[in-house]
Amino acid sequence: MSEKIKALAATGNLSTGFQEESLVRAVQQGADFVGCDAGTTDSGPYYLGSGNPRGPREGTKRNLRIMIREALRAGIPVIVGSAGHAGGRPHLEWTIEIINELARENGWHFRLAAIDSEITKEDLLGAFRRGEVTPLYPAPDLNEGTIQQAERFVAMMGIEPIQEALRAGAQVVVAGRCSDVAIYAALPVLDGIPRHVAYHAGKILECGAASVVQRLYPDCMAAELHQGGFTVEPPNPALRCTPQSVAAHTLYENADPYHIVESGGTLDTTAAQYEAVNDRAVRVSGSRFVASENYTVRIEGAALAGYRSIVVAGIRDPLLLRQIDKFLSSLRAVVSRKIEESLKISSDAYTLNFRVYGWDGSLGPLEPISQVEGHEVGLIIDVVAPSQSMVADILPLVWHTGLHHPIPEYEGLISNFAFPFSPPGIDVGPVYRFCANHLWQLKDPCGPFRMRIENL
Amino acid sequence: MRELWEFTKLIRSKNAGPFELTFDIMFKDADCFHHVMKGGKLTRELIAHLYKTQVDQVRFFVMERLLAVKISIPRPVFSGDLLDTDVYGGQFHGPLVRLPVDLA
Repeated sequence: MSEKIKALAATGNLSTGFQEESLVRAVQQGADFVGCDAGTTDSGPYYLGSGNPRGPREGTKRNLRIMIREALRAGIPVIVGSAGHAGGRPHLEWTIEIINELARENGWHFRLAAIDSEITKEDLLGAFRRGEVTPLYPAPDLNEGTIQQAERFVAMMGIEPIQEALRAGAQVVVAGRCSDVAIYAALPVLDGIPRHVAYHAGKILECGAASVVQRLYPDCMAAELHQGGFTVEPPNPALRCTPQSVAAHTLYENADPYHIVESGGTLDTTAAQYEAVNDRAVRVSGSRFVASENYTVRIEGAALAGYRSIVVAGIRDPLLLRQIDKFLSSLRAVVSRKIEESLKISSDAYTLNFRVYGWDGSLGPLEPISQVEGHEVGLIIDVVAPSQSMVADILPLVWHTGLHHPIPEYEGLISNFAFPFSPPGIDVGPVYRFCANHLWQLKDPCGPFRMRIENL
Repeated sequence: MRELWEFTKLIRSKNAGPFELTFDIMFKDADCFHHVMKGGKLTRELIAHLYKTQVDQVRFFVMERLLAVKISIPRPVFSGDLLDTDVYGGQFHGPLVRLPVDLA
């Protein structure tokens, strides 16, 4: 058991970076490990669905180079979670390939653990049939059919698979989809730090320097964990934490400000105390960890939703602008009839969405302002259909009909849309949707996660 | 009539995962916090009305110690789904910023 553990978060997201001197200083001051979160579901379902990492590759490589170089020098582990953004197998392998490349280029030798969190449809179907999979709220409908049709599923690991990799002597641990908190809690808990301390520190560290008063740029964050609490302090002297800035960070991206649900239990910060140690460091204590009866991991999945093309157009005519909603609903009725007649495609086979920037672009049907108030709007005509060729048939019919669609105030042929581009249409390609927000009850916290060791 | 933003140092919305939205309202000081909360305009009912959901779907946390209010609702459209307008959920707070909050 350790008296204290010094945890260092390189940054809030591996692709965004940090100040090199902050990380070097923090490691030299005695960090026990360097962690970094590389993923999130925030950017939507595309990355999980497509298998593409979010990148950028060079930026990710630069950050890994500095982290691993300093960690090797100090003889401490590096832990990366949610590799390649979505944490699926292709995302994990993309990250492992970068690390292999770095090791070759720099002549580094170390033990690397890759923890795969992608789950096969067969395994998930088995769990589903055994009743081990339950929906959170709200959740998409998940059934045997939607499991079969989905592109990819991942399970979000807790601390245990990372601890297994550390016990196997890995100096660099790359986890597929992983709880942000687990990246920072795994090693401290292994060394005897209580869970409530480790998980709360993890929650503060996972966004890097986001818990400072004003984050000038992405940067590192450090915490010293003890039996009774932890002290958080940014390694960069230009940044500072206050009790309020740290407490406020527990709100960020959580639906419930006091209860953070993790695999194996819930962190309860209701009674947490935040005290200033000096003008830059804050001591945190008093949170609780309530172990859950069952061990569950969250399942994320993405399914192909179709293929998208869009048209961007400006609208500047004041008479058209004052009736934009009527104009678009009338246009929708005309084009859906035309598509049905000429292409034999019924309107439930595709999705047509008019996004009017300058009116309801950001909020859609939740926009409380019922009229366009400005002098122009930007229109996005958004079509999604089961194939790119079907979209290619539908989209020109929509924009060309809309271009000349009449309004009552004018006689003769009018041209309603200012297209900035020729051709007006842009193919976006495949689009995905999240198809699971479920929990999977496990007997073994490491069960679905497969670890591979590479001695570089 | 003063508006909510005049009493706050932060009003933001954000995904809490792809299926929920969360709003954080941080007040400038205790006076601002109490003035707005006593005004009775910032309520679960208002959020349910603005975001077209049921009152019992609105989780409303008043955190006096932090001089903050946190509100969470299910996402009307899941993040990145075909009709979503805001993948990160970062602009859903717009209608709250100019909310008239003074006592009538």
